[in-house]
Amino acid sequence: MVEQIAQQAMIVHGEAWTIKELFTLPNEYIYWSIQIVMYPFMTGLVAGAFVLSSLYHVFGIEKLKEIARFSLVFSFALLPVAMMPLMLHLQQPFRGIHVLMTPHFTSAISAFGIVFLTYAAIVATEIWLVYRKYFVETAQGLMAMENRSMIDNGRMMIFQAMTLGAWDISPEAVEKDHKACTIMAGIGIPVACFLHGYAGFIFGSVKANALWMTPLMPVIFICSAVVSGVALCILTYVIVQEIRKYMARSKMARWATDTDAPNAEELEATKHTEVMISSNYLLYFMIAAMTLEILDLIFRGYTQVKSWDILREVIMERDFTKIFILQYGIGNVLPFIMMSLPGRTVRRTTVACVLVLFGVFMMRYNVVIGGQAFSLSFSGFMDYHLPIIPHDLETFKEGLFGALTVIATPFVLFYFINMFIPAFLKEESTH
Amino acid sequence: MKSHVWRPLYVVIACVAALLLFRFFYVPNDFGSGKRGFMYSYHRKSNEMEWKNQPAKYGTSGRERMHEYCSACHGAVVKVRTEKLHGIIPCEDCHGPVMNHPENPEKLTIDRSRELCLRCHTNLPYTTSERHRIPGINPKTHNTGVECVKCHNPHNPSMEGMK
Amino acid sequence: MERREFLKKCILVVAGASVPVSALTLIDPKKVLAANPDIQWAFLVDTNKCVGCGFCVKACKTENDIPFEANVSRTWVERYVYTKDDKRYVDSPKAALYGYIDSRIDLGRGEFKEIDPKNVGKAFFVPKLCNQCSSPACTQVCPVGATYKTDDGVVLVDRSWCIGCGYCIMACPYGARFFHPIAKVVDKCTFCYHRLSKGLDSACVNACPFGARKMGNIHDPEDPITKIIMNERVGVLKDEFGTKPQAFYIGLAQEVR
Repeated sequence: MVEQIAQQAMIVHGEAWTIKELFTLPNEYIYWSIQIVMYPFMTGLVAGAFVLSSLYHVFGIEKLKEIARFSLVFSFALLPVAMMPLMLHLQQPFRGIHVLMTPHFTSAISAFGIVFLTYAAIVATEIWLVYRKYFVETAQGLMAMENRSMIDNGRMMIFQAMTLGAWDISPEAVEKDHKACTIMAGIGIPVACFLHGYAGFIFGSVKANALWMTPLMPVIFICSAVVSGVALCILTYVIVQEIRKYMARSKMARWATDTDAPNAEELEATKHTEVMISSNYLLYFMIAAMTLEILDLIFRGYTQVKSWDILREVIMERDFTKIFILQYGIGNVLPFIMMSLPGRTVRRTTVACVLVLFGVFMMRYNVVIGGQAFSLSFSGFMDYHLPIIPHDLETFKEGLFGALTVIATPFVLFYFINMFIPAFLKEESTH
Repeated sequence: MKSHVWRPLYVVIACVAALLLFRFFYVPNDFGSGKRGFMYSYHRKSNEMEWKNQPAKYGTSGRERMHEYCSACHGAVVKVRTEKLHGIIPCEDCHGPVMNHPENPEKLTIDRSRELCLRCHTNLPYTTSERHRIPGINPKTHNTGVECVKCHNPHNPSMEGMK
Repeated sequence: MERREFLKKCILVVAGASVPVSALTLIDPKKVLAANPDIQWAFLVDTNKCVGCGFCVKACKTENDIPFEANVSRTWVERYVYTKDDKRYVDSPKAALYGYIDSRIDLGRGEFKEIDPKNVGKAFFVPKLCNQCSSPACTQVCPVGATYKTDDGVVLVDRSWCIGCGYCIMACPYGARFFHPIAKVVDKCTFCYHRLSKGLDSACVNACPFGARKMGNIHDPEDPITKIIMNERVGVLKDEFGTKPQAFYIGLAQEVR
């Protein structure tokens, strides 16, 4: 049997995309690849989207009402996707449940299941509180309907279940919803920050890794999470509003034919105000994120501890393009200038948001892959080559197409969730 | 607690209860912390036995060299062969793991390859290493393509022992 | 002096005196062992004796079913070559599974460097394996309790419980962990736990012709390996991580990391 095993040509996990240079320890590979880049990126989006929605719910910034409701539903669609890259990366994905079965709390990852589910429960509760009136009205409408089709029957049952048996939609009851919603959003912000801050802790607490180990890591991660989340919400919001404008003009959707439906001009006006205000918050968080990242870099360069020699070579030479041109240049400085120059327009902000998202993605990439770009022996390097054309399950999961699957999923989910929890509603049904 | 706003909480409590129930049946009973505490030794205890019960492939030498083990059957031969320089090399390094050799004598896989000898006898110019004390050759010039055992006797490697 | 104060001081003196007495009784190693009869495995590597033959790696891979073709290994041997013009070269081709049969240094990416024999300063070999740390960073970070330290000091992986997240691989400062190409879970040196519990030496200790690798029970003061560790100047790898490695090295150079 030993001989048989020995005969097989064998590629170990990580070997397919790692190129080693100079001296690296035999077992060193880039074990955490593109999916682990996606993981903090996606959780960041969840956390950021939720923080944006809370700005309205907790701090009562009325002007953000529409984008807030949209971000809340969108962060619900993003939620399962925060877990997806982890599942795709696990070597034993079917054992993923073990994290909930025997959580080993001294590990930063073990809290993931619990924090994640707590957070999911909070977002779901908040959505329930916001949409309860809508659920009740829809369910009642469907129940009142005569000769229902199969689909209507199914919808009715789903909506009935979603009311959780709370049928009271008197103004007092709705007011209670409103109060509870504010409290939930208030609890949600620290939990969202914790969910993501501790994603930073997962990296920051790895003492063996010279690049990752810094107490600033969780804070950096939270700030860039909010940046990416707000940017994605603005971007998606603009796209969705454009689609709605188109629908309003051509009367394509059912809602557009209503007499009191918003027309294209009204939609354009709301879009403009919402985007302008949220992009202000985007700028504030960008300043915080950039300051912390630069501080970390300067501190490393100034203190010059043992690891600095190899880190300097990785940061300043090997990954220079990825860090200083793609991440800081195109992903941070350029959109910052675009948004802070006078006469900001929605179009310019939208382009800036795309760049910001790219910048945050590159930051995750440079942290996760860059942290594995040098050997523990400090005398060798490892190069990461993203598998593009998959030739087995592993190179699919941890390759370009795996990453694209993860990126596409929230939009597909949003489409389906939107059927039951419409992100855009007329005033009366929600608050 | 009469208010309807608490209903999502009931759902959450039900979910947690379901999860805990599932956990009760799913997690092995012997999961727990060892002497090193929760941080370093939280594990399924029966796994220790699983590792212990793995079959051993190399010989039952204990604290002695495995020559003794082989001597039980091949006494005289082993005695002669271990007197010479190569006596420090355990039999199994070249003759393969003993596994179930006593019951099934055919099973032994003897490595007579040139590469095996070169592990020690490639000349490396490292004066500060023990390697320097071992006679070495340049594998690229020294009778390339010929197995070492054609001329040298691995059990009596001195020049007088040449075949 | 008041009576109360006097009593207080009396208590202090008695308490203080009793400490050294108890310390004396505790220090006797045989009694320590009798009261605490457990085993604590430790490894001793004498880098002066290693010639880089790689028999240890071969034996380890065979004993523990790590495919020869897979470029990972539970143990490996590194070669350090310093040139007289103050350059340092390190390599470990195929984890030294086939030893060092080439004088050229493996630079990765299929490149090799020949070093002029006259230019070679000091050169030596360093065998490496899991350090079975006293405070292992790897077991601390396992999210599911699938890797753990046994009471006798060996860090094991539960193959039926590991989810394969790779966090322990990241946490290990020594690069001792990897994904087993067949089991698809994390694998690492176990000090040949199955052999230890049968009263055998580990496969690598068994295979080493030069005695560069040894293993002993560090809780047993009569153990010859313990005596060496206690009486000679030994070092450990990367102590700055606070993991308290239990693999001790004789003749360690500071460049060995």
